[in-house]
Amino acid sequence: MKRFIGFIKKEYYHIVRDKRTLFILFGMPIVQVMLFGFAITNEINKVEIAILDHSKDVTTIELSNKIASSKYFEIKEFVANEESIEAAFKKGRIKAVLIFEKDFSKKMMTEKKATVQVISDATDPNTANTISSYIGSILLLYQQEINKDVLISYQIVPTTRLVYNPELKSVFMFVPGVMTVILMLVSAMMTSISITREKELGTMEVLLVSPLKPFQVVLGKVVPYIFLSVINAVIIILLSIFVFKMPVQGSFFLLGIESILFIVNALSLGILISTISASQQTAMMLSLMGLMLPVILLSGFIFPLSSMPVILQLISNIIPAKWFIIIIKGIMLKGVGLGYIWKETLILVAMTLFFIVVSIKKYKIRLE
Amino acid sequence: MKIENVIAVKDLTKRFGAFTAVDHISFEVGKGEIFGFLGANGAGKTTAMKMLIGISKPTSGEATVAGFDVRKHTEEVKKSIGYMSQGFSLYNDLTIQDNITFFGGIYGLKKTAIQEKSKLLIQDLGLEKMANKLLGALPLGWKQKVAFSVALLHNPKIIFLDEPTGGVDPITRRQFWEMIYREAHKGITVFVTTHYMDEAEYCDRVSIMVEGKIAALDTPKNLKEHYQVDSMNQVFLKLARNIE
Repeated sequence: MKRFIGFIKKEYYHIVRDKRTLFILFGMPIVQVMLFGFAITNEINKVEIAILDHSKDVTTIELSNKIASSKYFEIKEFVANEESIEAAFKKGRIKAVLIFEKDFSKKMMTEKKATVQVISDATDPNTANTISSYIGSILLLYQQEINKDVLISYQIVPTTRLVYNPELKSVFMFVPGVMTVILMLVSAMMTSISITREKELGTMEVLLVSPLKPFQVVLGKVVPYIFLSVINAVIIILLSIFVFKMPVQGSFFLLGIESILFIVNALSLGILISTISASQQTAMMLSLMGLMLPVILLSGFIFPLSSMPVILQLISNIIPAKWFIIIIKGIMLKGVGLGYIWKETLILVAMTLFFIVVSIKKYKIRLE
Repeated sequence: MKIENVIAVKDLTKRFGAFTAVDHISFEVGKGEIFGFLGANGAGKTTAMKMLIGISKPTSGEATVAGFDVRKHTEEVKKSIGYMSQGFSLYNDLTIQDNITFFGGIYGLKKTAIQEKSKLLIQDLGLEKMANKLLGALPLGWKQKVAFSVALLHNPKIIFLDEPTGGVDPITRRQFWEMIYREAHKGITVFVTTHYMDEAEYCDRVSIMVEGKIAALDTPKNLKEHYQVDSMNQVFLKLARNIE
């Protein structure tokens, strides 16, 4: 045990004395959470649009005002004719153009029908979609308002309620994802690098010649990173609670236990990577390519899994991050207990055991 | 002169697939002896040494180190030996004192023993002012001296040095060998690989490996007489050519 504490102390010196490692360990999580929380968002906000108003009557002006007064849109210019629409788009600032047809109010009165054309810039398809549907709902609201007194027969009025994230804040979706990515990165990449570094420097050999058993060497290298990762997880959770007002509906204790489980899972992956790579660079490449991309793309972090091709959905099952994201979303947003996430937890436990067994096997072979 | 054999090797062989890195080597090393293990790069020196220190399993043959079988009692072997790896075997980002504390610790030395030993060690090397500086700040030759002393912390019976003086200047190399002599005098057996032929002259006995086999084994003096040359360098060249 004494030997072991000495080992951990040494590992601590390595980490603390290497400014770059320290920055990656603690700077990156904060920067990433902030970036994902503030900069990267699916919501639209103050989108600049243009209006081509062929009638300029009471109704169109009222509608324009309604759109301008919503927090989503800002009317940048009024274009005079169809020809200048193209130019307005090409300048790149305007994301959508609204065209009111001629004699708008009159048509509404006489024909009970008038059309607005919405043209949006689909170079960014998601935004284009969101813009059209937001404008659609503003128009619909206006229509309901003026029809208040008129009785229309057979009306179906959907009342929707969005549960668990009623304000549709994208940060609620990103925080669990960012936490997953960071824990994966810190735990797996850092351990695999620190183990391969000893191999590269030749000190691993010296450690193996010493009376320390190989598993003690590996454990000694891993334990400090468990601590660091737990600190990281706490930082991320605190940031999300206090900066982004993200609720934690479920139990903090369960959240902690599940996070530690995921950390250990990532660490064992890191050990596995270090047993198959001889240099720090290979370890880093393997961690980045082999872990980061799947974690970001196939875990449901950014892209919903349910809309992926079946093959990718199947592959996503072997990615630990997918299960962890389900778990923390469940605990933080839905407030579920272990009863609802035991399956995911069990999968993580099984994966962890698998990684540990494989790396022990691999490690022995290297010593032969 | 030989009293007891601390290393005894018989028909030790290591194969990697079809390639035989070490081919039925046999030799003995006596207590307090400085045993030079020579050979060109790739002749099998390091592989043979790795089998003796217990990090590589022999394909066949037998070897005992400090009286323990390297196959069956690897842990006992590890406790009785010190090892300095090729290149450099301490941590540059730890201070000299940290390195000593760490290695003392993994060999199970008590805290007080570590304190005493490190004080002595630092005094012997004249590094009092540097003790709390990062090891990386020292020149390579000095680092090697520290590494050698650290490898001796737990009073091993045998010390294995794998090309300890690679890349070190001649003066420091000389000083390094003086340290080796001092330890051998105290009864520690030194097993050293090198490809500097002038260093071979400092050894009590040398074995020269060529293509996995021991091509010659004797005192430097006898070897030179036998091949009728006046330096170990020439002995080595003659042997290498004969094989070709």
